Amino acid sequence: MLKYDIIIIGGGPAGLGAAVEAYEKGVKNIVIIERDKYLGGILEQCIHNGFGLQEFKEELTGPEYAQRFIDKVEEYDINVMLETMVLEITPDRIVKAVNSKEGVFTIKAGAIILAMGCRERPRGAIMIPGTRPAGILTAGTAQRYVNMEGYLPGKEIVILGSGDVGLIMARRLTLEGAKVKAVVELMPYSSGLTRNIVQCLEDFNIPLLLSHTVIEIHGKDRVEGVTIAKVDENREPIMETAQYISCDTLILSVGLIPENELSQKAGIELDPITGGPIVNEMLETSVPGIFACGNVLQVHDLVDNVTAEARLAANSAIRFIREGEFGKSNIAVKAGNGIRYVVPQKINVDNIEKRIKFRMRPVNVYNNAMLVVKSGDKYLLRQKRQRLTPGEMIDVNLSKDILKNANLEEGIVFLVEEG
Amino acid sequence: MKEMYDVLIIGAGVVGCSIARELSKYKLKILVVEKGEDVASEGASKANSAILHAGYDPVPGSLKAKLNVRGNEMYDVLCKDLDVPIKRTGSLVAAFSEEEVKELYELFDRGIKNGVKGLSLITKDMVKEIEPHINDTVVAALYAKTAGIICPYGYTIAVAENAAQNGAEFVFNSEVIDIKKNGDFFIVKTHKEEFYSKYVVNAAGLYSDVINNMVGAKPFSVHPRKGEYLILDKDQGYLARTVIFQVPTKMGKGILVSPTVDGNLLIGPTSEDIQDKEFKATTREGLNKAITVAKRSVDKFDVRKTITQFTGLRATPDTEDKDFIIGESDVKGFINAAGIESPGFTAAPAIAEMIRDILKDAGLKLIEKVDFNPKRRPVIRFTELSDEERNKLIKENPAYGRIICRCETVTEGEIIDVIRRPVGAKSLDGVKRRVRAGMGRCQGSFCGPRVVEILARELNISPLEVTKHGRNSNILTAETKKFLLEKAAEVLKKEVYENA
Ligand SMILES: Cc1cc2nc3c(=O)[nH]c(=O)nc-3n(C[C@H](O)[C@H](O)[C@H](O)COP(=O)(O)OP(=O)(O)OC[C@H]3O[C@@H](n4cnc5c(N)ncnc54)[C@H](O)[C@@H]3O)c2cc1C
Ligand SMILES: Cc1cc2nc3c(=O)[nH]c(=O)nc-3n(C[C@H](O)[C@H](O)[C@H](O)COP(=O)(O)OP(=O)(O)OC[C@H]3O[C@@H](n4cnc5c(N)ncnc54)[C@H](O)[C@@H]3O)c2cc1C
Repeated sequence: MLKYDIIIIGGGPAGLGAAVEAYEKGVKNIVIIERDKYLGGILEQCIHNGFGLQEFKEELTGPEYAQRFIDKVEEYDINVMLETMVLEITPDRIVKAVNSKEGVFTIKAGAIILAMGCRERPRGAIMIPGTRPAGILTAGTAQRYVNMEGYLPGKEIVILGSGDVGLIMARRLTLEGAKVKAVVELMPYSSGLTRNIVQCLEDFNIPLLLSHTVIEIHGKDRVEGVTIAKVDENREPIMETAQYISCDTLILSVGLIPENELSQKAGIELDPITGGPIVNEMLETSVPGIFACGNVLQVHDLVDNVTAEARLAANSAIRFIREGEFGKSNIAVKAGNGIRYVVPQKINVDNIEKRIKFRMRPVNVYNNAMLVVKSGDKYLLRQKRQRLTPGEMIDVNLSKDILKNANLEEGIVFLVEEG
Repeated sequence: MKEMYDVLIIGAGVVGCSIARELSKYKLKILVVEKGEDVASEGASKANSAILHAGYDPVPGSLKAKLNVRGNEMYDVLCKDLDVPIKRTGSLVAAFSEEEVKELYELFDRGIKNGVKGLSLITKDMVKEIEPHINDTVVAALYAKTAGIICPYGYTIAVAENAAQNGAEFVFNSEVIDIKKNGDFFIVKTHKEEFYSKYVVNAAGLYSDVINNMVGAKPFSVHPRKGEYLILDKDQGYLARTVIFQVPTKMGKGILVSPTVDGNLLIGPTSEDIQDKEFKATTREGLNKAITVAKRSVDKFDVRKTITQFTGLRATPDTEDKDFIIGESDVKGFINAAGIESPGFTAAPAIAEMIRDILKDAGLKLIEKVDFNPKRRPVIRFTELSDEERNKLIKENPAYGRIICRCETVTEGEIIDVIRRPVGAKSLDGVKRRVRAGMGRCQGSFCGPRVVEILARELNISPLEVTKHGRNSNILTAETKKFLLEKAAEVLKKEVYENA
């Protein structure tokens, strides 16, 4: 069986970043497996700019950002298998994949990096009753049709959910001549980046209806309209506020779910909140030698963070193939009041060189709140944050010195203190 | 003179298609006329509980009872010949109170009268052994070993394809709007063409009353009874191994929890009499009801794992006995297979035999074909092949190495095959019903654009012409740049006009 030091599954920014980092650190017997026809992942359809401010200190479009890495992959002549779908991975790091040239084949890895990205939640997941006509699609699918295939999926559009992809598509579709009648958001706040709300909705006078939802879809063959209504505190629709909007398309931007079917089959433990694997400070999953980064681990809103995560995963994979298994994690990391999740979910302080970055999302919008890290009753950190919102990921850097003060039994907890 | 068919069948649901296949064993010219764009695309045959009922439910002596039991027995051979997955899971009617247990005895007796084999009344312990995730409140159950599950549209497509292989013809997108008897044959008019046939079989489901009344036979009416369902992700499929019914009420067999042949979990149906035969929507109340009642059987399922929902309309006859309406009408040569509600799917092959005999009695000559082939060309299911088989296939045709639907692992080769087969797929839903591309957890957000591309290429049409399910259900509405240019032209025209 063919053996690689590192097999990287997925050729989006996470996979590309990991491959380039591994190569530059001297591990060259690696391969990227990508099921699409090209590298770049979801970035290939994100033709707007706003990528790379941290990484390259300039504003690039998605394809431009990806290209910087693809160029390096080509320069270094890193192995890439395109139009190749990974079907299965095993805990002993055997990868089974298929393509039309080689058929089904298996290869063995010293370490595996999962970089499969995420997928969008479909209509079923949000239970909108009504008919099932053509004209209902997710924002990512709409984006693919418009930006890559050159077709408009509709002319009069309502968008449900204010995730970033939905916001970006509101602008794109408007620029393409379609009429976006409203963006309807269940929550009292948007789950998208503030800059996208300004640049994609406000600048185009597209109404954002917060605390609203679509309660019914109409139309037999093609969408003819939707009924929307305001929702109460329990997110139940208030029927008296129901209102019909005629449209030929309903675009869903109701959340992204890490793509972990492969991980699950390999017995990797998943975090029920993030939908991604549970990882330690090395971004190693519950199966030794299998690492995760990018949207497969947690849904990111900035690609620069994906690249940073990918570098860490690559360095950890290298350490694994050189030194073998890491010691057991000894500190549990928990999400407390006001925090939805924290990644990594567990750490071993001995493996941390100087500091470590935790990434998390709040459950609600908080202004001028304290972001706090505690271990038992002991405060490890208190930071004032002007604004916390679920649409923007929070990073917290903790130094090894601070972490040494943590009580091993109690673990550490991230929480928000208001007022 | 125009072509003369021996038998023209109206409706390409499971009943119409089963009849077509049965008749394709004989030297006959057969035509199936369907208003939808595909087999099982419009009626009850695509949206039902997918259960092969054992047969303890219908009133003894009724057509429903007889044809249910006979039909159930026929499915093993049929599924083998037609290469359609079937699972004899067995079914449970679970009683959750002593009161309900009494009903089980009644069902058991009825089953015995109907000739159902493999029935037993079982205690709580045995129920829990068969169905470990059923709620602890269960008291006892009626276990029916012969019950099974099947993919209803998959089966209907297979039957149609085999009928077509054996010479039966199909026309789609053709709605029958008038039927006239002209001496010893019928003139059947659709909204776009006319057909001549010596015999007409009415298998129009919910519209079988309209068709019957159109020809001037003794009128009857059929009304829709709506059933709403939810389908949950495959990771919930483990919660039911058999079909779990509750003790029936007069509004139907009640809400069940069942695995599907593909491993998802099915919940529903509700039961509500309505007027509108075109009502295809799900409702908030309906779905909530299905969930609440199903929780009485199994409360562990996670509604957030719902991947889709649908409504089916039962064709309930407004006759006293509510039995199937099967037989030659008072218009000679016009034969009804009408008002076929549950257990109509199970009964369909037996209904087909019965219609064959009725046609014979009505004077149709049945001469067996020596070259009738009962077997459908096997379908390739990539997921079910061994790696060696996969590699052989990919070597022959590289399209089998390209995965198009990642959730259900469907290859481009499989999609092309079902488009090219007899009675092939012509739309996104047509592909989905045949190979499950788009039926998984992402519901086609990933493979949709790719399937549109394949359909356009294979059918030699523009992607703009590709539909979800025929008629005006186009997926895409314009080419991006063209649309802007057209809009700009419009604005210009308006300005010129206003300035003039
Ligand atoms: C529409 C949209 C707009 C965004 N806007 C911005 C922005 O303005 N600025 C910004 O900084 N960030 C933005 N982001 C965020 C950022 O781009 C993403 O977080 C990032 O692309 C995630 O990278 P990834 O490599 O983890 O996933 P992906 O890019 O999704 O890549 C995963 C790859 O894995 C492949 N794959 C999956 N499963 C398999 C398998 N079994 N076998 C083989 N290959 C497989 C997939 O085909 C895919 O190519 C946006 C994201 C989206 C979706
Ligand atoms: C909610 C529900 C649950 C059920 N569960 C089960 C079950 O678990 N087990 C079981 O055995 N049975 C079940 N049934 C019953 C079973 O689904 C039906 O009995 C069976 O599908 C009927 O098939 P059919 O061919 O008669 O009708 P249909 O499938 O409705 O087909 C009729 C066809 O006629 C066409 N048509 C109508 N008018 C015209 C016209 N003017 N011109 C041309 N074409 C026309 C329609 O488009 C349609 O395609 C259930 C039914 C429902 C609704």
